[in-house]
Amino acid sequence: MLSIRDLAVSFQTRRGAVNAVRGVSFDVATGEVLGIVGESGSGKSVTSYALMRILDAGGAITAGDVSYSGLDLRRASEADMRDIRGREISMIFQNPRAALNPIRKVGHQIEDVLRRHAKATRQDARQKAIAALEAVRITDAEARYDAYPFELSGGMCQRVVIAIALACDPRLLIADEPTTGLDITTQKAVMELVSALIRARGMGAIVITHDLGLAAQYCDRIVVMKDGQIVETGDPEALFARPRHAYTRKLVDATPRAGESIRSLLPAEIRTPDLPHKVHERPILAVRDLTKTYRGKSGPVHAVRGISFEVKEGQSVGLVGESGCGKSTTSEMLVRLLDPTSGEILFDGQDIAGIPAGRFARNPRRGDIQMVFQDATDSLNPRHSARQTIADPLRRLGGMGGAKLAARVDELADLTGLPRTLLDRFPHQLSGGQKARVGIARAIALNPRFLILDEPTAALDVSIQAVVLNLLADLRAALGMSYLFVSHDLHVVRLLCDHVIVMKGGEIVEQGPAEQVMASPAHPYTQELLSAAPKPPARRLVPAP
Amino acid sequence: MSARLTSVLSRIAQAIPVVIGVVVISFVLTRALPGDPAVYFAGAAADEASIAEVREALGLDKPMLRQFIIYVGDLARGDLGQSISSGRPVAEDLASRLPASLELTLSALLLSCAVAVPLGVLAATRPGSPVDHLCRVLVTAGVSLPTFFTGILLIYVFYYLLGIAPSPLGRLDFIYIEPDHVTGFYLIDAALAGDAETFLGALKQLVLPAITLALFTMAPIARMTRAAMLGALSADFVRTARAAGLTNRTVLYGYAFRNALLPVVTTLGMVFSFTLGANVLVEKVFAWPGIGSYAVEALVVSDYAAVQGFVLAMAFLFVLLNLVIDLAYTLIDPRIGFAAK
Amino acid sequence: MTQVSPDSAERPRSSGALDHLIYVLKANPVTLLAFVMFALIVISALFGPALVPYDPLQSDAANALQAPSAAHWFGTDSLGRDVFSRVIVATRLDLVISVAAVALSFVLGSVLGAVAGYWGGWIDVVLNRILDTIMAFPLFVLAMGIVAAMGNTIENIIYATAIINVPFYARLVRAEVNIRRGAGFALAARLSGNSDLRVLALHIFPNALPPMMVQVSLNLGWAILNAAGLSFIGLGVRPPTPEWGIMVAEGANFIVSGEWWLAVFPGLWLMFAVFTFNLLGDGLRDIVDPRKRT
Repeated sequence: MLSIRDLAVSFQTRRGAVNAVRGVSFDVATGEVLGIVGESGSGKSVTSYALMRILDAGGAITAGDVSYSGLDLRRASEADMRDIRGREISMIFQNPRAALNPIRKVGHQIEDVLRRHAKATRQDARQKAIAALEAVRITDAEARYDAYPFELSGGMCQRVVIAIALACDPRLLIADEPTTGLDITTQKAVMELVSALIRARGMGAIVITHDLGLAAQYCDRIVVMKDGQIVETGDPEALFARPRHAYTRKLVDATPRAGESIRSLLPAEIRTPDLPHKVHERPILAVRDLTKTYRGKSGPVHAVRGISFEVKEGQSVGLVGESGCGKSTTSEMLVRLLDPTSGEILFDGQDIAGIPAGRFARNPRRGDIQMVFQDATDSLNPRHSARQTIADPLRRLGGMGGAKLAARVDELADLTGLPRTLLDRFPHQLSGGQKARVGIARAIALNPRFLILDEPTAALDVSIQAVVLNLLADLRAALGMSYLFVSHDLHVVRLLCDHVIVMKGGEIVEQGPAEQVMASPAHPYTQELLSAAPKPPARRLVPAP
Repeated sequence: MSARLTSVLSRIAQAIPVVIGVVVISFVLTRALPGDPAVYFAGAAADEASIAEVREALGLDKPMLRQFIIYVGDLARGDLGQSISSGRPVAEDLASRLPASLELTLSALLLSCAVAVPLGVLAATRPGSPVDHLCRVLVTAGVSLPTFFTGILLIYVFYYLLGIAPSPLGRLDFIYIEPDHVTGFYLIDAALAGDAETFLGALKQLVLPAITLALFTMAPIARMTRAAMLGALSADFVRTARAAGLTNRTVLYGYAFRNALLPVVTTLGMVFSFTLGANVLVEKVFAWPGIGSYAVEALVVSDYAAVQGFVLAMAFLFVLLNLVIDLAYTLIDPRIGFAAK
Repeated sequence: MTQVSPDSAERPRSSGALDHLIYVLKANPVTLLAFVMFALIVISALFGPALVPYDPLQSDAANALQAPSAAHWFGTDSLGRDVFSRVIVATRLDLVISVAAVALSFVLGSVLGAVAGYWGGWIDVVLNRILDTIMAFPLFVLAMGIVAAMGNTIENIIYATAIINVPFYARLVRAEVNIRRGAGFALAARLSGNSDLRVLALHIFPNALPPMMVQVSLNLGWAILNAAGLSFIGLGVRPPTPEWGIMVAEGANFIVSGEWWLAVFPGLWLMFAVFTFNLLGDGLRDIVDPRKRT
């Protein structure tokens, strides 16, 4: 149905033309679901924008052919393309809330498309729009017709986007990272819905994603892209069992799955033996009945409702939950950036909950409790070089200066695997992985005893996530730190943690040893979380060296 | 809907402290004006005793707080005091001159919106193109024009050199008869009376000062329109609309422009403030009998009741307008009242 | 996925600020022009009084109201004073007024805005109400009122111009600080043992400077217009001091009789100065606006 041959796309930038896509060829047959997998910058999205001819300004197809049912899409007139978009080929996007016009009722947005492609008249548009909403299983579609996007949840917005895309019965659907940014349970619901709808209508589909596991679960065939080129194509089982290209192998390895160790995420060539870390009986942190209540416009908001748990010296504890479960509020309170409403935080036996967050900077405990932040870009001061950033805590709390300071920064760079030559660079001159290393070096600069990791890999590509997780494991073994690993992903948490806490609605619903929680979750919510995560097919096993 | 109502009410409530602040500032400012009104009222031949008498009569010997309370009481009754120079109540003076200022300001705003909004949209749809650069230079030049100088330049060219424009003296040449007072806007009143000749006469007088003001206000409107349009055009929902095959027209006007309009409406408030300020200068240049030239004359003779009345009137006008803009915004933007924080 | 080019992801970008500056200047010759014009204005402010051919205050009744000529480039006024000399000499005064006013409002606005943006709470509420009140006056009208009330001096023009500009800086800094208050790097700075004041002054505030610089440049132009406007209606600088607003006001009386040069040259030079600052501000906006960095 769709055939792409030797497609090349380039963007005009101030440093000349950048070839975002080079010599890409693939086909999509009627009823087939094709997955395009790649990390950021691989050109996977650009490919789809190019075939829809909706590239950003400065981007253009420079070579190749795109043909859809015998039509030459590269040379079709703009008017013809507009007829094809939405009626023959549709798209859904990531970040569904932003993908909808914020000040137009969702029903009207569906009608716009129906009317544009003459699939509805003024009289029956409303009825057909409601039918489209019902088709994506929105309950009470009649009432949702009049809703604005801001009144709907993220998952609901994505359903509306899907309704818009499918309203005119297109034959090909392109889903561009349709679940990125959604909670894991919503992710599953959205993917199941898309999958069911395209199968039921016998449509072809292209699913673009960075998640190899997700692609494997929902696609018939997978194309792996890197640096604008296709490196490998194959069906999911074969790809996982016998990846031919080194890059595919790296991706397959780095995709977390049940029952494997953190070391197995790394390519076999650089895999090192597992280092044991020692867990003591003595708790370094004990939380008792911790509560945080905000004043909201319509009454108090209970972000955290009286949670209690312990972290033993040397132990790594995972704190898992979806957005809004209170895990971030909890970690901010523990790291003493936020004052709890009530409850105790016993650090090394001493209650630190009562010390106001504003004054904790001068507390001798400050250096003992540190944090690695979620977004490495956001957590580095854009005007400070890597060296200044790492030196900041050493100057302020360590009282260091001069040669001693410089030596310690170099030492920290070595420890976190950051080349010393990069120390004088500014954040915008560093890659995502390098920025993550700077953030970790700053956090461990003062040899903290307790480190909170707030989704430290959420913004990273999987291959870099694998490296960073292993770095954290190495540092734990070398420095004997205790971790509290905050994440939405149970499978990632399990890799690093001995103990897991699951939170929902500000409360702890389940906690226990990691293996036990994973193997036999007691609470229905934990079960739901576990079953929602994509399950990559088995891969060939390479014995650790 | 109730959330919407709450936000409307809270917006109105927000205006209250501002109004109080305006009253306090205007009181303080005018009490600090140089020159003693008592001396002025007492006349040239007055001695110490008669000045003191007048001061007592005017309430100027009382403590400041007491004076302020009296002042607020007078304000509540709509009494802005007596103008020294015209001898009439200030409220009356202002009321008779306000329509002239409003007619000028509003015509200028309409004119500049009519030019600046399309220009901004055009520039945003073709960023980096000659149209964009032209828009930028025009707009920057426009905001750099000192209004009093542009006015003089226009008078020189169109009145002295070309002789097209009427003499720059007021709202209507003396050969015409003022239209019956309905709204106080000569254009509207003349149109209501069906008097085409007077309408044209008034229009002729209005054109130059209105252009002068409009040139100055075009810049912020065009700049904001361009920025808002650029933002909206690069938004995800525009991509969704394009991917759904909607026509360029629908995408541009139905989706991007309507979203871009919201910040533009907000800027209008600021622009209105600039216009009211620039009005003072333009009225002086064109001898326009509005409240701006009234204030300048009052300043020269330290006529504090008149200046105070003018400052208050301007501020109230502006607070009111901002309120209207914000309320309009509430009606346009469905998100107001539902904001998370 | 946004349409990122491959080089933006993992490979570090090697461009410096200078690179970007050169790129912007190349892409935008208008900005380059603005820098040249700015240099011209600074030179006439610094060296103007030493360079002009005539004493700007020296009247010469025999040579009154002369049209522009080789001897008097911009002609002479009703007292026979050389308009060119007066226009150039006035640069320093107008520039001093606007720079001083903008500097004052920059400092005051930054402190108020930063405090309100960082700590929020009642300080923020009170500040916002005060700013609202100032902004409730048409700003030129407020400046008129202040100068009239405090007296007709150059210092008072500076204060008045500064006061009406404070809200712009305070609002801008407040917004910039507020969005960065919860940014990872600010939280990290607190974890590194920085006090709130240090975090605000050394970590957050410097990041708010680029948009402030744009505002400064645009405001300089506006402050000049404001000062000239006040002089035009007879507030502030008094004759015979050479000042653009006064010169235009004096020249206005002669325009209807055809002696155009009296008002036109000071007006044009005033326009030129304001235009320069506005172009500069626009150019700076391009340089600091990260969205323009492709």
